[in-house]
Amino acid sequence: MTEVQNDFIQKRESIIIKGNVAAAYAAKSARVQVISAYPITPQTTVVEKLSEFVDNGLMPGTQYIKMESEHSVFAAVVGASKAGTRTFTATSGQGIFYAHEMIHWAAGARLPIVVSIASRGPAPPWNIWADFTDVISQRDTGWMNCFCSEHQEIYDEILMSYKVCEDHDILLPKFVSYGGFILSHTSKPVILEDQDLVDKFLPPLPSEEGWPHIWMDPKRPMMFGNLIMPSSFYYEFRLKIHDANMRAKEKIKKVAKEFEKIFGRNYGNGLIQEYEMDNANVGVIIYGDLALQMEQAVEDLRGEGYKVGMVKLRHFRPFPTENLIEAAKKVKLLGVIDRATAFGSQTGGPVSCEVKAALHETKGTATVLPIINGLGGREVTLEQQKDQLLKLVKYNETGELPKDMIHGTLWDGLLEIE
Amino acid sequence: MSESKKWKKINKSVKERPKVQEYRNWKELSPIPISLPIEGNMGITGDWRTFRPIIKEGCNKCGICWIYCPEGVIKRKEDGSFEINLTYCKGCGICAKECPTNNIEMVRESDIKDD
Repeated sequence: MTEVQNDFIQKRESIIIKGNVAAAYAAKSARVQVISAYPITPQTTVVEKLSEFVDNGLMPGTQYIKMESEHSVFAAVVGASKAGTRTFTATSGQGIFYAHEMIHWAAGARLPIVVSIASRGPAPPWNIWADFTDVISQRDTGWMNCFCSEHQEIYDEILMSYKVCEDHDILLPKFVSYGGFILSHTSKPVILEDQDLVDKFLPPLPSEEGWPHIWMDPKRPMMFGNLIMPSSFYYEFRLKIHDANMRAKEKIKKVAKEFEKIFGRNYGNGLIQEYEMDNANVGVIIYGDLALQMEQAVEDLRGEGYKVGMVKLRHFRPFPTENLIEAAKKVKLLGVIDRATAFGSQTGGPVSCEVKAALHETKGTATVLPIINGLGGREVTLEQQKDQLLKLVKYNETGELPKDMIHGTLWDGLLEIE
Repeated sequence: MSESKKWKKINKSVKERPKVQEYRNWKELSPIPISLPIEGNMGITGDWRTFRPIIKEGCNKCGICWIYCPEGVIKRKEDGSFEINLTYCKGCGICAKECPTNNIEMVRESDIKDD
């Protein structure tokens, strides 16, 4: 980051808030017009804070709808978004699963809804702590999906997401996810941007051009999402969802660049963020809150002379295949660290499966070692992450696999009680 | 004109709408799945019909069938009487049920000889 940008950042005030509160402030800054809400741990404080804003008159004109379930919450934002408004909600774990039908609907109807997800492990056994299986299980719905690794990123990513989703060539909904409790209920300084500056980056609706997507209006009647025969264009509408996802990659990069220009904070190319990958022998791909701590682990090991690096995966959908291939060409061995499960798949970890598929058939890319850790909020310490890196270094140098491999995957940090 | 620009224009006013909603390939499709209210957009729905509504002699022209028809296929003629567009009538029978004088009869299509 240049010195000019540093000066620019330091001039602005930051407040110490929880990750959930940062998400609520982002929705306020984005001037969302309809919020529908139903509480579920660990997301609850997002919608609590927003109800406070609306109640205190800090969000004039915003409709706050209390619903009776997550399914209804998503149905409400689908309806509100079709009416042309900027909509927001938040949910977690079981709530996502309950809303699954409407999640498919929102993507099929191509509505630019942004939802913040404080990820938690699916039950049973009952679990409310960080685990990205909930949001990753919505992989094939057509929603875009990104991971945040710190509080500021939650605020920033929600602003960027609206800009990407509402592009008339994209028109897709998006999940902005972060680890439950680890980010949602801990506090860190977050810079809340001036409303004027945010309005410049993300103009409030409707803009001069009108609403960003095709909206309901009694003066211009039309029918939404009606039945379509197999011989008609259903198949083609599905292709268009995939096409929009793929085209969104360029838009995400463009918006990340524009964001950096206005607000001075860099998020790599928007899709991935590399850290010490040049001149490294061994690297890891990691996402969510653990990526932040991994930066420290990489820095520490670099200090000890190990040539290690990392790639922070910011977007899971659209999947940054091309960028990951480029990154995988830089190293010989790549550990892919999941805090989520894909039972019965090749590796057991959803992202490691994707990475393996992405690198397949490209010569000169790294070998992949799948790693799973921290499921259901299990603590992953800095020491453990350094140990993971060292295991990779050892495997790379000696060809000796770590001894606790299970079905070809390193399940790191399993309990061993003596 | 790009697809999104074209649809932005269509979106702004009813006048910009095409007379017929026709696409040749996936690139021409509207960005989101919608149907514009154009006559016969769902095809010849009269094919679905099992029972045909027939307005008998003695209709008092109250217009209740015209109000209740979910498909909008009942038209008022100049003399105030009603006629049913059988190209699109699905034969649901709501008009016959609602008719206060029981003047609409539902007849099985196979029982109708001359068409």
